[in-house]
Amino acid sequence: MNRFDYVRAGSVAEAVAAASEPGAAYLAAGTNLLDLMKGGITRPGRLVDVTYLPGLDAIEHLPDGGVRIGALVRNSDLAYDPQVSKAYPAVAEALLSGASAQLRNAATVAGNLLQRTRCPYFYDPASACNKRDPGAGCEARGGETRLHAVLGWSEHCIATHPSDFCVPLVSLNATVEIEGRAGTRELPLDALYRLPEDRPDRETVLEPGDLIVALRLPADAAGFAGHSRYLKVRDRTSYAFAVVSAAASLRLEGGRINEARIALGGVALKPWRARVAEAVLAGAEPSERSFRDAADAALAEARPSGDNTYKIELARRLIVRTLTLAAAGTPERMPALPASAFSGDALHA
Amino acid sequence: MTFRLTLTVNGEPRAIELDDPRVTLLDLLRERLGLTGSKKGCDRGQCGACTVLLNGRRINSCLALAVSLDGAEVLTIEGLAAGEQLHPVQAAFIEHDGFQCGFCTPGQIMSAVGLIREGHAGDDPERVREGMSGNLCRCGAYIGITEAVLDAQARSVGTGQGDAA
Repeated sequence: MNRFDYVRAGSVAEAVAAASEPGAAYLAAGTNLLDLMKGGITRPGRLVDVTYLPGLDAIEHLPDGGVRIGALVRNSDLAYDPQVSKAYPAVAEALLSGASAQLRNAATVAGNLLQRTRCPYFYDPASACNKRDPGAGCEARGGETRLHAVLGWSEHCIATHPSDFCVPLVSLNATVEIEGRAGTRELPLDALYRLPEDRPDRETVLEPGDLIVALRLPADAAGFAGHSRYLKVRDRTSYAFAVVSAAASLRLEGGRINEARIALGGVALKPWRARVAEAVLAGAEPSERSFRDAADAALAEARPSGDNTYKIELARRLIVRTLTLAAAGTPERMPALPASAFSGDALHA
Repeated sequence: MTFRLTLTVNGEPRAIELDDPRVTLLDLLRERLGLTGSKKGCDRGQCGACTVLLNGRRINSCLALAVSLDGAEVLTIEGLAAGEQLHPVQAAFIEHDGFQCGFCTPGQIMSAVGLIREGHAGDDPERVREGMSGNLCRCGAYIGITEAVLDAQARSVGTGQGDAA
């Protein structure tokens, strides 16, 4: 690990000022950052510790029916918050399908949103990587690409975003509250992330010093609570990143789909909202036929970035299965294996 | 620059002076406080051998900077037994052969104590296995580990001792 200056911020303003310096990074739990620093993948000259900042660890259920989640709320506290897991079950299921219990107890909400890709070439300082070293090239191209992107990738970067949590969040129109040098602003989570294009090192639209202080879910997001699921296909049943994952939420009325929300994980450098697929389902009957049409629409633009053509069909089938489970209704209790395709209720969908 | 912090380690307040902010909680425990029960396996948050309870919750101590934990309470495997009286989870691991070489065992036991305190797994072996998936055992003692956790969980329901830690 490189040497760094350690700054303990006493206020948000102090944190923003300290982190505006070149080479500075925010430190919350550090579960991703320390891993990256130990591997020499990131070498911040200054860590601005925000864990002592007051008021950033609350879950506030707002009078308008929305929820404001402080940036420092731990993943497990959010997943097990009774109101959150009832109103946004796919969010809780996604959280509990990520990492391990130890990591979820430490990792924060904002840290999860900003975690870096797990592309093994990014993680190996001996490999060329445009994300780590702009202009160096991408050794993933033509390499071991089974887990790489099939949507939104470019010649410069074929990595994927690793978060489970973010997948249902973008589908439910979550927003982030940001404090920066220019004051406070709010941004759709979907608009926080950039696709790689020719600058994969620029992962988000955040400016130097910008600090995410809260995550918000709008009031209407709870309207999907009865028909909301997250499924994740992974190489192991537990404690593995997604090969492909899907969040599906439905609002049903009179035997038809009033509104559908669909997003995919593990397929692109950002959590992938499938709006075209949602449009296919608006007003349709929930059926295998309509779900297949939606899945086809979601993957219409997909193309392999290497040896990963299978992910396109896998994503299609996972969308159909997740929609089928969502239509059947959110289970009363969190499945024993959250988001697993091998969980009892997911086996026969 | 010296960083000063206070930690309560296994019930005992400790004034800590760090000459380097890079020291992880795991390195602090092992190299500076002489508590070598918590193990350094991968040092990257993947194996769980370094699991301790921080403010009552299990975490990977290899991925936490000590300097960021001022005022925290830490419980390690050394602080679990009451004198010669083993903690129910320790006793259950022995009874059910929940280990072979023993390297991952302190982390497994601390993780199990955390799991039982969290209270989400109950008597469901599938939920116990899922809840313990952050702890790897290269000897493959998983069957005994699951039995030990289920047994300790059942005993803690019976006696209320699960929360003794």
